[in-house]
Amino acid sequence: MNDQADTAYNFAYLDEQTKRMIRRAILKAIAVPGYQVPFASREMPMPYGWGTGGVQVTAACLVPEDRLKVIDQGADDTTNAVSIRKFFQRTAGVEVTEATTDATIIQTRHRIPETPLHDGQILVYQVPIPEPLRFLEPRETETRKMHELEEYGLMHVKLYEDIARHGMIATAYDYPVKVEGRYVMDPSPIPKFDNPKLGNNPAIQLFGAGREQRIYALPPFTEVVSLDFDDHPFQASKAPHDCDLCGAKESYLDEVITDDQGGRMFVCSDTDFCAGRRASGRKGRLWAPDSAAPPPPQPSPTRGEGGTLPVGLLRDGDTVASVLHGQGSYSREVKP
Amino acid sequence: MTVQQTITTDQPLLRVDSLTKRYGARIGCADVSFDLYPGEVLGVVGESGSGKSTLLSCLAGHLSPDLGRISYDGRDVLAMSETERRRLGRTDWAYVHQNPRDGLRMGVSAGGNVGERLMAVGARHYGDIRAKATDWLGRVEIAADRIDDRPSAFSGGMQQRLQIARNLVTGPRLVFMDEPTGGLDVSVQARLLDLLRGLVRDLGLSVIIVTHDLAVVRLLAHRLMVMKSGRVIEQGLTDQVLDDPQAAYTQLLVSSVLQV
Repeated sequence: MNDQADTAYNFAYLDEQTKRMIRRAILKAIAVPGYQVPFASREMPMPYGWGTGGVQVTAACLVPEDRLKVIDQGADDTTNAVSIRKFFQRTAGVEVTEATTDATIIQTRHRIPETPLHDGQILVYQVPIPEPLRFLEPRETETRKMHELEEYGLMHVKLYEDIARHGMIATAYDYPVKVEGRYVMDPSPIPKFDNPKLGNNPAIQLFGAGREQRIYALPPFTEVVSLDFDDHPFQASKAPHDCDLCGAKESYLDEVITDDQGGRMFVCSDTDFCAGRRASGRKGRLWAPDSAAPPPPQPSPTRGEGGTLPVGLLRDGDTVASVLHGQGSYSREVKP
Repeated sequence: MTVQQTITTDQPLLRVDSLTKRYGARIGCADVSFDLYPGEVLGVVGESGSGKSTLLSCLAGHLSPDLGRISYDGRDVLAMSETERRRLGRTDWAYVHQNPRDGLRMGVSAGGNVGERLMAVGARHYGDIRAKATDWLGRVEIAADRIDDRPSAFSGGMQQRLQIARNLVTGPRLVFMDEPTGGLDVSVQARLLDLLRGLVRDLGLSVIIVTHDLAVVRLLAHRLMVMKSGRVIEQGLTDQVLDDPQAAYTQLLVSSVLQV
């Protein structure tokens, strides 16, 4: 327990009966990988779309010995991550960390950490829309029947439309997967770059959708296959660059616009991974560490004057990524 | 056109025995029995509310009948598991709706619409699916360059032809049609009927076609069933029923057709 804990709350905010109900749903979800288990989602002290499902799953899994990491699009320092981390520091008093390997529970929004997960870790996803068939078949009664009878041809119609329109499978996030040859599952809006990490992962992966009241799960070492066509196979894609801060070639990158002259940089979306690489001495194109003196104050960029982000002056701990990540939703998220 | 030469085997493809569907106290259709042989086209006519569509929905598995038996190719349809029945509905059977909007996915391109049934039965090669879709669009006289357009950009007649292509692409043996020419103007109707007649003959389809348009059954159907108030009041060869109607209602129906 740390000193920030507010003992007026029950441990991890939810009452014990609610956590018990959620744990039962989680156990069922783990027993039937990829199946969406309904649960009685509670009102949480944050709006829908901010991770109410993930927070409830995390709350049900937390024990006082846990070390929690919260990321939002890979970053530890963005609004969503900071507020959820604070929430659990206050209501559960658990230790928190930014290091992927040290964490026992990682709640994530839209990314899987670059550092491979290990045995004993739990990855909790925040899911806006758990139903992969939602935008193809609006009737929930019908989609449930389709899951029941394994009628997944429609999922390929979506991919067909992609190829017909764009010449390739243009779905870049939320890329549908088939779990253990049975259920088609929505992996939450992670980039398809992360899809290969879903399968055969030693960690437990739990998915919580608060507004939609669904929990689903991937137990460790589950077979997860991204759907594709024989002549248009699945490809995990990323921006064809190296990280400008740490030089990583194989990590998922965010594009950051640095001025209005076309200047831009690519940085790892996983801030912990990027900082770890920089700490071990690797550097990218725009990384300028160890300026002896503190940087002179920069004139703040003014709109319309070609303001420039002081890229070369980034230091350890600074992340350009936070510039990019607002709390903004993907366009497919429905407004409540 | 009522030639019996297309009937090749002696085993009926579809056997319906005293089928009854009630909506509470009211009758949807009552005590309907018939056999349908491979390659045969059966027309069902009658006025609105006579139970034609109820009958068709029961046969296609959209409604579950209260009484009676349906056997398809020797198998009891009503005793099948839902998985099996829906699989049958995607492969061996086809259902052409009166309104193409009910049978098409309006948000999906023409090619995707035709390809859906192929993908539903496991086609996973984009090039093959597209080639097959192009082929079928050609067979229903839709230009190949419209393959990526959505059905909402098509005229009513084209939508109906697209619906037919989408249904026939998996090579079904039994097609249910609910007023396929309803809502189309006469010249488009004539072309559609021409097309249907050709497809039925070339593919050796068995068809149950529900309509209130006697001209349509005259052109397409080998046999005819006349329904009134949920019951079959007369059935026989199409020309025979139309040229020499026995039941009073059939006589009325035949004499009500407007002459130009």
